[in-house]
Amino acid sequence: MQSNAALEYDYSIVKLFMWTTVIFGIVGMAIGVLIASQLAFPDLNYLMGEYGTFSRLRPLHTNVVIYGFTLSGIWASMYYVGQRVLKVSLLESGFLRFMSKLHFLLYMIVAALMVVTLALGITASKEYAQMEWPLDILVVLTWVVSGIALFGMIGLRREKTLYISMWYYIAFFLAVAMLYLFNNMEVPTYFFSGGLGAWYHSVSMYAGTNDALVQWWWGHNAVAFVFTVPIIAMIYYFLPKESGQAVYSYKLSLLSFWGLMFVYLWAGGHHLIWSTVPDWMQTMGSVFSVVLILPSWGSAINMLLTMKGEWNQLTENPLIKFMILASTFYMLSTLEGPIQSVKSVNAIAHFTDWIIGHVHDGVLGWVAFMVFAAVMHMAPRVFKREIYSKSLLEAQFWIQTIGVVLYFSSMWIAGITQGMMWRAVDEYGNLVYSFIDTVSVLHPYYTIRAFGGLLYLIGVFMFAWNFFKTATAGRRLEQEPRYKSPMA
Amino acid sequence: MFHWLEKHPFFFAVGVFVVIAYAGLIEVLPNFMEKARPIKGLKPYTVLELAGKEVYKKDNCIACHSQLIRPFKAETDRYGQYSMSGEYAYDRPFLWGSKRTGPDLHRVGRYRTPDWHANHMWNPKSVVPDSIMPAYKHQFTNVADLETAYAEAVTVKKVFNTPYGDDIKPGKAAFEKYKKEKILPEALKIAKAMKRDDLVKMVESGKVPEVVALVAYLERLK
Repeated sequence: MQSNAALEYDYSIVKLFMWTTVIFGIVGMAIGVLIASQLAFPDLNYLMGEYGTFSRLRPLHTNVVIYGFTLSGIWASMYYVGQRVLKVSLLESGFLRFMSKLHFLLYMIVAALMVVTLALGITASKEYAQMEWPLDILVVLTWVVSGIALFGMIGLRREKTLYISMWYYIAFFLAVAMLYLFNNMEVPTYFFSGGLGAWYHSVSMYAGTNDALVQWWWGHNAVAFVFTVPIIAMIYYFLPKESGQAVYSYKLSLLSFWGLMFVYLWAGGHHLIWSTVPDWMQTMGSVFSVVLILPSWGSAINMLLTMKGEWNQLTENPLIKFMILASTFYMLSTLEGPIQSVKSVNAIAHFTDWIIGHVHDGVLGWVAFMVFAAVMHMAPRVFKREIYSKSLLEAQFWIQTIGVVLYFSSMWIAGITQGMMWRAVDEYGNLVYSFIDTVSVLHPYYTIRAFGGLLYLIGVFMFAWNFFKTATAGRRLEQEPRYKSPMA
Repeated sequence: MFHWLEKHPFFFAVGVFVVIAYAGLIEVLPNFMEKARPIKGLKPYTVLELAGKEVYKKDNCIACHSQLIRPFKAETDRYGQYSMSGEYAYDRPFLWGSKRTGPDLHRVGRYRTPDWHANHMWNPKSVVPDSIMPAYKHQFTNVADLETAYAEAVTVKKVFNTPYGDDIKPGKAAFEKYKKEKILPEALKIAKAMKRDDLVKMVESGKVPEVVALVAYLERLK
């Protein structure tokens, strides 16, 4: 550490994003539990008239969890980690401080408009890119401002070498920008028709198969560069910090980073296997998905080995528990994905709940666990207070772990059951089941999944309460904790 | 090299960008050299069908229904001929979906009738007792946005040369004329085939219920 280690950091922006992480987490996951329950108990579709059906609510769930909860967590950590590893404080630059606040303000505006428009059914209909063109422009603006803040901090840095986390934040910024721009190319109909119809309506620049290709190039890489890359940035900072251990291998982190950057984009084609996309692209999607295991496991193993000789911390510190289970789920999810990308497996898995299970062992087990751990590691440092309750954190960990396991195991069974029933034929080659048979059979699994989701949501409420109490009533800390976060 | 890059953020960012963008260059761009080519005989969506497609998007049918029949015997037995790229040439956006909580709909127009849809959208359990699909009763009273659908037809004709007739042209007057001469008669036919008087009455008064537009669109999927 250098002599300027006593730099005072500006955490006001971090706090804002931490609060929205908690709020969006509750909202997004509550909608998730509701729509999961609707599949098991369809009468729940009629709670809010036309705004309460599964179909209308599903994009709200995905968008609020991805762009609300996850992005908030990522940006909270970006401003926290950024200042600290670059050795620069936002207090040093009025301009950057303003940009960070503007970033938050624009983000809130987009989020509010997103929720309203999706509820009203105003949508471009492309998954995870549903927002219509006026909102797309606001998103781009928000993104540019966040980039100015990020690269501004980098420009002012005292520590000349970029720490691993910063590599990932930079990649996150660049890749999402590129993909979002290309996927949301739309033609507003109002201006080409002499002012007819809804002014916010648009048609996609691309048609049919081309549109599908761009969409899943984006869709897959939204997963890559929102749910993976910045989350790796977080674990590379928070796990060594919380445990007091040095990252196991620099070389492994190099290999994993550049490998991930190169391979990830190719794998988008695996969402389009057996579709009308040219065969060679489908095969490329398959092959590169399998190759993707290498850089993914590289990061995860690097994290696990960082704990070498210090595994006792796993029993003593719930935050370490969260992070180690997060990397373990990352390994599970990045092995499962490639398996589903194999053409013959994909023939069964695609269109079924196995895919939903895969997404959720990734996001609940890996992404959200890492976000919880990061927020709870930051809380004592930004609020200068002790974490309110260790036992609550422990309870949250276990109830959510059980929730995730119930979730993905039920969805695995549901998906494979349905995939097999769709293709089942009798001795004369006739289909055995009508479609509705393959729906009715899923009822128990849908019920288990909704219950698993409910357990997870209860954990989120515990987290929110713990966070709230830490911020407002935790015991004051005289000095910043060095490694392990203090908790009562 | 990597050590050097880590001290020079600008070149680091350029390097990352090149490595990321490379895949898109090879994998995505070539397909765009060739525009989407319609299969022989494919007609663009009528304005009513476009309005129906908007209802399909608004109530987000793709959350549970795909429009992509894969080339397996089990799928072609269940849904009909597997899907071909040229059939989607006028789909902006594509609506393949990614989950089949309900069945595929790419050829639903071949084996369901407008009155079946009318019953099904009003109360799915009346035709499929174990259905978990919600009822979409609001589509029977909400009025479809024909003007936006018409604006879409004008736009794709202008920007993408989609082969619409000369009567699709910009301006309010052109729309009103087209609505009276083309859209309403087409809607009336669908409404009558759906065998519900309330729908017929609404169309006769010049308002097309969302469900009529939607069924026109579903009937088109063949």
